[in-house]
Parts: sequence; C-alpha cells; structure tokens
Amino acid sequence: MEKRVLFKGIWLPLLLVLPQILITAVFFFYPAGQAVWQSLFIPDPFGLSSQFVGLGNFEYLLSDRYYRASFVTTAIFSTLVTLVSMGVALYLAVLADRLIKGSGAYRTLLIWPYAVAPAVAGVLWMFMFNTRVGVVTWYLGLLGYDWNHVLNEGEAMSLVVIASSWGRISYNFLFFLAGLQAIPRSVIEAAAIDGARFWTRFRTIVFPLLSPTTFFLLVVNIVYAFFETFGVIHTITSGGPQQATTILVYKVYADGFVGQDLGSSAAQSVILLVVVSILTIIQFKYIERRVHY
Amino acid sequence: MKTCISSLAVVSATLAAGQAAAQTEIEFWHAFTGRLGELVAEQVETFNATQTDYVVTATHKGNYSETLNAGIAAFRAGEQPDILMVFEVGTATMMAAEGAIKPVYQLMEEAGADFDPDAFIGSVKGYYTTTDGEMLSMPFNSSTPVLWVNRDALEGAGIDPDTDLSTWQQVGTVLDELKAAGHSCPLTTAWQSWIHLENLSAYHDVPFATQDNGFAGLDTELAFNGPVQVKHIQTMGDWARDGKFIYAGRRNEGGANFRAGECALFTESSAGYAGISSEAEFDFEVRPLPYWDGVEGAPQNTIIGGASLWVMAGQSDEEYQGVAAFLNFLSSPEIQAKWHQDTGYLPITSAAGELTRAQGFYEENPGTDIAVQQMTANEPTANSKGLRLGSFDQIRGIIDEELEAVWAGDKDAQAALDNAVERGNQLLRRFEQANR
Repeated sequence: MEKRVLFKGIWLPLLLVLPQILITAVFFFYPAGQAVWQSLFIPDPFGLSSQFVGLGNFEYLLSDRYYRASFVTTAIFSTLVTLVSMGVALYLAVLADRLIKGSGAYRTLLIWPYAVAPAVAGVLWMFMFNTRVGVVTWYLGLLGYDWNHVLNEGEAMSLVVIASSWGRISYNFLFFLAGLQAIPRSVIEAAAIDGARFWTRFRTIVFPLLSPTTFFLLVVNIVYAFFETFGVIHTITSGGPQQATTILVYKVYADGFVGQDLGSSAAQSVILLVVVSILTIIQFKYIERRVHY
Repeated sequence: MKTCISSLAVVSATLAAGQAAAQTEIEFWHAFTGRLGELVAEQVETFNATQTDYVVTATHKGNYSETLNAGIAAFRAGEQPDILMVFEVGTATMMAAEGAIKPVYQLMEEAGADFDPDAFIGSVKGYYTTTDGEMLSMPFNSSTPVLWVNRDALEGAGIDPDTDLSTWQQVGTVLDELKAAGHSCPLTTAWQSWIHLENLSAYHDVPFATQDNGFAGLDTELAFNGPVQVKHIQTMGDWARDGKFIYAGRRNEGGANFRAGECALFTESSAGYAGISSEAEFDFEVRPLPYWDGVEGAPQNTIIGGASLWVMAGQSDEEYQGVAAFLNFLSSPEIQAKWHQDTGYLPITSAAGELTRAQGFYEENPGTDIAVQQMTANEPTANSKGLRLGSFDQIRGIIDEELEAVWAGDKDAQAALDNAVERGNQLLRRFEQANR
C-alpha cells in the first residue's frame, strides 16, 4: 500500500511541476543554451556564415580593458542603486508604519512610481536634469552649481542611480511595510516597557525580525540593477560620457544590436549569467546565515 | 436602364477586385517619423496612384539602427521586406552580406529598366558603388554638414553678420569676439564624429582610414589621428575649455540650443533646414563648412550622411519588377526636387538640382544650394569619396567617448584620437574575421 502511494508520489508531483519546468525550459534553458553555443562562434549579422573560434570571444573580451572597466562600473552602479532604493524605502516604511491617520493615502502615493516603466522614468529624469531646459538644472544654477551630466562622469552616474532607484523605492517600500506590520506589537511594546527607545528597539528587535524581507529584497534588487536598468541608461546617457555609465548589460546591447557583433554579445551574456549566479550563491551561502526566520 | 447601370457597376467592381488581387505588393521598411515620415508616405501614395500593377506598403521600423536590426532579424527568419532603408554607416555591413541583398545595378539589368547610374551626383553615387563601378544600393536621403549662423547673435555682439567665416581661423576670431561680448554659447555642434572627423578628413583630403577609407578592402585601418585632425580637435578642445564651444550631446541635441536662439554658430547637417526654418525666430543663414586655411588641398569636398535603399534577396521576379519601377520613380527629377526643397536633403541627381534651380527655389531661399556646391565643387578623391568601414556605428560610439574626454579636458587630442584609432581597429579586425 505504501509502495503504491510512493509510486504515485513520483508522477503526480512531476505532473504538477511540469508547467513550471516547461516554462523555464522554453524561456530560460533554451535561450541560455543558445547563448552558450553562439558564444563559441563569430557569425556575420545575417547568419550567412559563421566561424568556430572556441573561447576566442571570451579571450577577446577579457583582454579588453574597457570591458574589464565595465565590471567596476556595474559594481558601483548596482551597489548604489541597491543601497539607495532599499535605504530610502526602509526609512519611508518605518515612517508610514508609525502613522495612524491617512496611512492608506501615503501608501498609495508612495507606490505610484512603481507603475512607471524604466524607459519612461529615464525620460522624466532626463528632462528634469536636461542641461538646457531642465527644472532642477535651473534651480541648481541659481545656487551657483553648474550641472552638466553630458560631460561630467560623476553627475551622469548619480543621475542614472537616482532614476533607477526611484521606481524601485516603491517596490521595496511595499515589502518593508508588510514586513514591519508582520512584527508582533507585543514584542515591541514589551521592549518599550523595558525602557528601550525607538532607535534601540529598531536596531535590536525590528531590524533583525525584518531580515528575511531585507535579504529577499537584496537579492531581487541586485538582479534588478544588473538587468532591468537598461531602459534608464539607454534613455538618459547611452552609456556615456566616455564610458562612465556603460554597465555590463548595456554593453551586451551595444555590441549585439548596434555593432552587430553577435559572437561577442553572446559571450557577454554568458559571463553576465555566471556573475549573477555566483552573486546569488554567495548571498544564499553567507548572508542567509545571518537571517532570522 | 437602371438594371443596366447596376450590372455595369457590378462588372466594374468585379474587375477592380480582380485587378486588386493581381497587384503585386512591395514591402518598404524605413526609419522616418514626423514630417519626414509624412513626406515618404506621400511619395508612396503618389507611386501607388500613378500605376496599377504594384502596391507599395511603407512601414516605419524605428530609428536607423532599429530599422537595420529589424531587417537583419527578418532576413534570418526568412521574412525580409523587398526594400530596406539603411543609414550610411551600415553600408559596409550590407555590402559584406552578399547572399542577403540584391545589388541595384543587377536588379535594374534583370528588370530591363531604364537606369543610368551616372545621373546621380558623383559623391552620392560613389558612396554606394563598388570600386568596379557597380551601384549596390539606391541613394535616397543624403545630406552634408554646413555652418548655420545666427545673424542676430553676431549683430548683438557687435560683429558684422556678413563677416567671412570660410576658415576655422576666421571662426576662431569671431568666437573670441562673441566670448568677449559675454555670449554664453558661441559654437555648438551636432554629430561630432561625422562633422569634425569624417567630413573634416574628406574636406582636407586626408585619409580617415587606410585602403581608400575602406573602399579597397576589409583590411583597412583607421588613420584619423593625423596632424590635421589632431590640430582641429585640439583647437575645439581649447574652445570647449574656454567656454567658446558648448558640447550638447552625441546626436543632434545642440539643434535645440541653436533653434532657441541660444547659440551663435552651429555645425549641423544641411537637412537641419526643415527644423531650423520652421522654429527659428531670428535671422539665420547657411554658410559652407569652414576649413583650415593652409592645409594643402582644402577645401576638397564634403561627404554625405543619410541613408540608401537596399533591395533584399529572395523575392519573386514580379516583386523585383515592382521594386525597380518604384526606385526609378523615387529618383525621378520631379520627386527628388520636391524632396530636396521640402527637407534640405541634397538633390541626389543632377537633373533634380537643375529642376530646383529652374523653379527659382534657390533665389527665394538663399543658401539652400550651398550644400550642393560644397559636395560637387571638386571631383572626389580617394579620401573624399566616402567611408566604408565595418562596425562603424560602434566605432562612432568610441569616437564619441574619446572626444568627450577631450571636451571635458581629461585628455589631449593626440592621446584621445590615438586611443580611438587603437580601439576602433580592434573592431575592424573582428568585422574582417566575421566576413572573411
């Protein structure tokens, strides 16, 4: 009897996960496999001929100092986007959590930017900081600051970080707020009765209890900064000035779709895949240990 | 009688339907929006109305790069259009794709169409013709850089608006005066690589790349780090440092500053005419692109930018007949003259230029013929025929990056151009390998 149940237990779960496996196979394993295969060739754009070069594409990329510099740019960019979007979101969530009146309205307003597509967000910020007609640029000019992200690398980086973080703050805010509201009031009240002030309560009780949410958001935000910020960068800086905002995923696009160099582009996708896998493994192996569920 | 009429109507309706079914559809993918998109649609409608054998369907596929990508992706899927608009920097990519395109000279020969490649003006024809004299794609919209002058701004700074601006030395003096008068944007530019390196090289008859700028072979190497180019870029860098040259962006962002009346001088394509003439609320004028006095052979001729129409391989003979008819229609003097007058693009055939002159357009709109004169003043040399470089869109990106380093004062011109040459050469070698 038990054996029959066990037998059933293999096929039924398999059947139940089959749709997910199929979707993953079609939308992930197949294209990823194609990318790995294509990274071994230098094809012409029209697919009329291609030459096998082994690891030649990878060799070409890794010997290019501009490609290596792009790793540093990506590291700086994703760290900043993750810190800014999570930091601001946490701050806003803590404030909204303490609200008694009108918290619904605040929440709704704070969630709005999430509905704006990255490319549109990019255009909005680009107009505000436009070196000629931008509102913010004009006010900065009144303060005596000459804003010019078209030539200044630091300003360009700041602008794409702000524009990428803005919509993301809403998303993070939602999760942080839900996390905060899931913390039992009794625990916090007990600490308050013991004489712990707000900051002490936050540091020793709230933040540790929030760690599963924070960890989840950390993983998701890093992936976001690596891949989904393409639209913002494309609309605001196109990777410039010089190569100050050329992150890895932007270079995949530029080499593949502007340069028609599909071999190099495929090799870059493979490298990007490996980098993000390693990052995720590190996060789960080391940071998750510090998470209290 | 009534039944007679209605049965006649039925018969003619059936005939019309039969005719519609017999019409061959020609697909045409282009990159124009706004006013230019409307003008292309108008050309297509005119063609469809003048004959009954073919119907051309024009589709907008995004900007130049996106249109090229759409064409490539469609070809890989076996669903390519009949005609694809490709910008001039994509020329080498298309030329190398021998199995994907049908050369225009061959198309015209097979269709038995009356086609004379010599009707096109030399510097336009040369860009799209092989060294053996075979025309591979049909020139469509071509422009060349000129100097746009805000006469009110010069006058406001106490400078004679008719002052000679033919050389960069003279421009330098005027920039000094504008700066001294407190002008905040004496000079700006669009398309920096195209104007200040590619055209600069052709105009001064110095090579941009070896192997006749890539015309003679795929083993070409970049050569724009010579003394003429370095001197020009260094001077521009000095002007940027002193606030006399204002950099606005990699594409034509500077156009907004000029049209708003903020900048006194502006180097931009002659096709900027449509926008400037409709928006500028000041007295403006077109001047020839300045050159460096003292460089031997200058001014040679400037080269074109814009796009040409490529016929894709793998279509039926009827469709090719239609494509040949449509391309011939597009290059007819009347259509070309109208296009030239509406947009500021060059009249690509001599006949269209003469027709425009005969119609009195140049007298009513002084300066609109300067671009044509600048292109046709001299017979093109190996250095001024055009450019044929693989991965050129990306090489332009590299040039943009290095020039930004000069404008920001991070690098001197020699170092920046040397670096751009070195980085660009790597891409040329990749292209050579992919198309071996």
